[in-house]
Amino acid sequence: MPIEIEVNGKRYPVNYPPDTPLLYVLRDELGLTGSKYGCGEGQCGACTVLLGGAPRRSCQIPVSAAAGKPVTTIEGLEIDGRLHPVQQAFLDAGAFQCAYCTSGMIISSVGLLQTNANPSPAEVVQFLQGNVCRCGTHPRIVEAVRHAAKLMQEQGR
Amino acid sequence: MSGVTKKFVLEPERYEFNASPIHQFELARRDFFKILGAGIAVFAIAKDALAAQETPPGHRSFHMEELPKDISAWLHVGEDGSVTGFTGKAEIGQNIRTSLAQTIADELRVPFESVRMVTADTALTPFDMGTFGSRTTPTMTPELRRVASAARDLLIEAAAKEWNVAPAGLVAADAKVTDPASGRSLKYAELARGKTLAQNLPAEDPVTPATQWTIAGRAIPKVDGRAFVTGKHQYTPDLRPEGMLYGKVLRPPSFGATLTSCNDSAAKAMAGVVVVCDGDFVGLAAPSAHEAQRALDVIHAQWKEVPQISSKEIFSYLKQNASAKSDNRNHEQKGSVEEGLANAAHRLDATYNVAYIAHAPLEPRAAVAQWVEGKLTVWTGTQRPFANRDELAAVFHVPESSVRVIVPDTGSAYGGKHTSDAAVEAARLAKAAGRPVKVVWTREEEFTWAYFRPAGVIEIKSGIASDGALTAWEFHNYHSGSSGIETPYVVANQRTEYHAVPLILRSGSYRGLAATANHFARESHMDALAGVAKMDPFDFRMKNLYDDRMRAVLKAAAKSFGWPRKKTQEGQGFGVACGNEKGSYVATCAEIAVDKKSGAVRIVRLLEAFECGAIVNPDGLRNQVIGAMIQGLGGALFEAIEFENGRITNSHFASYRVPRFRDVPEIEAVLLDRKDIPSAGAGETPIVAVAPAVGNAIFDATGVRLNNLPMVPNGLRSA
Repeated sequence: MPIEIEVNGKRYPVNYPPDTPLLYVLRDELGLTGSKYGCGEGQCGACTVLLGGAPRRSCQIPVSAAAGKPVTTIEGLEIDGRLHPVQQAFLDAGAFQCAYCTSGMIISSVGLLQTNANPSPAEVVQFLQGNVCRCGTHPRIVEAVRHAAKLMQEQGR
Repeated sequence: MSGVTKKFVLEPERYEFNASPIHQFELARRDFFKILGAGIAVFAIAKDALAAQETPPGHRSFHMEELPKDISAWLHVGEDGSVTGFTGKAEIGQNIRTSLAQTIADELRVPFESVRMVTADTALTPFDMGTFGSRTTPTMTPELRRVASAARDLLIEAAAKEWNVAPAGLVAADAKVTDPASGRSLKYAELARGKTLAQNLPAEDPVTPATQWTIAGRAIPKVDGRAFVTGKHQYTPDLRPEGMLYGKVLRPPSFGATLTSCNDSAAKAMAGVVVVCDGDFVGLAAPSAHEAQRALDVIHAQWKEVPQISSKEIFSYLKQNASAKSDNRNHEQKGSVEEGLANAAHRLDATYNVAYIAHAPLEPRAAVAQWVEGKLTVWTGTQRPFANRDELAAVFHVPESSVRVIVPDTGSAYGGKHTSDAAVEAARLAKAAGRPVKVVWTREEEFTWAYFRPAGVIEIKSGIASDGALTAWEFHNYHSGSSGIETPYVVANQRTEYHAVPLILRSGSYRGLAATANHFARESHMDALAGVAKMDPFDFRMKNLYDDRMRAVLKAAAKSFGWPRKKTQEGQGFGVACGNEKGSYVATCAEIAVDKKSGAVRIVRLLEAFECGAIVNPDGLRNQVIGAMIQGLGGALFEAIEFENGRITNSHFASYRVPRFRDVPEIEAVLLDRKDIPSAGAGETPIVAVAPAVGNAIFDATGVRLNNLPMVPNGLRSA
């Protein structure tokens, strides 16, 4: 029986072998290419997804381990054409240049704000330490996460 | 115009640029309106091309059946009023899709939102040498301004004809032409309707001065920002054409290894796997990435390796193997260094070493290749689509007209994506498979098989008079390159030489090229000389500096930083450095803190004043300047490629440390907007003064002068 995974509220049968990293199933089998390959070693955070609500490096998780837990990717944050406050905050702050790291940064930040609704700059820095941005947009990303926290509080999320 | 169309001189370290560009433009005029629909089109002819023609085309004529060969940019105004600008430049995160659209909107007098840019597609855009050397803003911006200005004139003429009035009194604004005398107006869309009007224009055309810009000069957010925050933008690795296979390349165990035998029978037996053994190239394509990896694992190849030097002995090797003859293009001599040294009150000689570093763009090299009826299309993240096209044509023995290279907006490059490696690999596999193939390099491949910013050794001999004036300056750069090699300080007696050394590791461009190495050596040395002269480092620089633009950025940085600063804590240090390169000027101030016990160096504050003429987009510029400062911290403090016997020994993010969030200090960019000076590029120069400013601050804190980049890969042990 093939594995089934739930991604962004939809259930998908998986035909790839169970030890295939979740990232490749998302990108190649399901066509959800918003999660990026950056290193395949869990060192850069570009592939970050929410697994059971917690941010995880999808390149390090065999797809079999994702069965039974809801997966949220960058494609699942926008609801009915409305951006998630973290997406909106990144847009408002211009917190990207080449933007290849952006989906991983946004997903990680959503994960952070779920457990810490009002993080200090030092807490944001600590949390995002595993996410690489090579363009050097770090200060704006920290600013965006703090801005997102405010937006979420205003929206009662 | 004369200041900005200056012919671009290639730096010698750009070894990969030797091939002369072959000018070609694929799209014939009749096809072009078919694709874009009717309307008005204007083409900019490169200045050099015009000079070469016997009869320059008239300002208001276009009688050619095909487009001229030396078009540098073009623009189309459609029947719906949409405006499309075409350039061969690539968007690699530096935000030119936005800044170039701003320029067109500004000059054409249309809303920013109505302008779309088509970039870096060899079938749709004019020939372009590549996106490097900070050239997009100083060369492409004026070109697009010229075509937009000419298109505006055409629209005004069309309206004048319609109303049977003189064009001189008509005004173009808000995407319409208005006759102030009668109050009549016609939208650009109405004027373009039903027309197939094309014109080329000569090299000079008056454009709006920066003081009168309305859309350029503003902090307009990145276009398509929403596509990036939603994950919808498709980079090259995200493309999946119908029937696509996943390609993998079997890499040799070390550089220069040659294939002696290859047993690929087990891989070939796997369903859907196509294997290519061609010379030293071994690669395959499979229906999925995991099948490709499994097939790769069962190929048994034997290689003949060659002994090679290691990173431990690199600096002595570079000195010993340097060409005795200095490179003529960078041989600068004034007065007599020997006399200058003999007359100096104080002498100071020093040697500086710079390690190899990697670009490590987060999007690794990638390409998708597809052959259809002998014609090849490749999507790839490259800074040089036309050079990639030419190389593909040469490799596969097809005419250039049979190859199309398209560059999706790319996940950064920093000078690292000039070559066509992944494109050639994907195309070779796609040819064998008869289906589209995608090749995405792994991080390890990226760290190993890309190319590096070359290592180098720099030797300086110098002398100063008792009042602190420089009397002699002798500067030798071995291997790393000659960008930014000439001193901006006034010295009567000087000798500057670049010495080539045969390549050890594959080397090429990196943001700022050797300007970072040369500025590190020069500005560290100037700091040391200030100490010898018992002068404040800022005052010492100002004393020896006559260039007004350099003096202005130094003053601006010092003012915002609060230079000179008094130390209030143990281990605290302050440093300053400045530089100019590629038409822009920078001064950087750093505050650092050294932990006495552990020797750890923390950057507390980094401030930079930057001036690149008239600012096109202050928000995009700030992103580039801050980004270069943070990237520069990596090479300054801890980045270094380690290698042994032809193998890279730190080819992972876990072992090759790049700047991360915790490494980022309090950071600030002071942007000087000089509307009286043509805009220069800003992608590179903001990086050059970071390392010396930090090094000078470390010296201020500890009295230890660090002459090697990276300065503190393991903390400052001797402190």
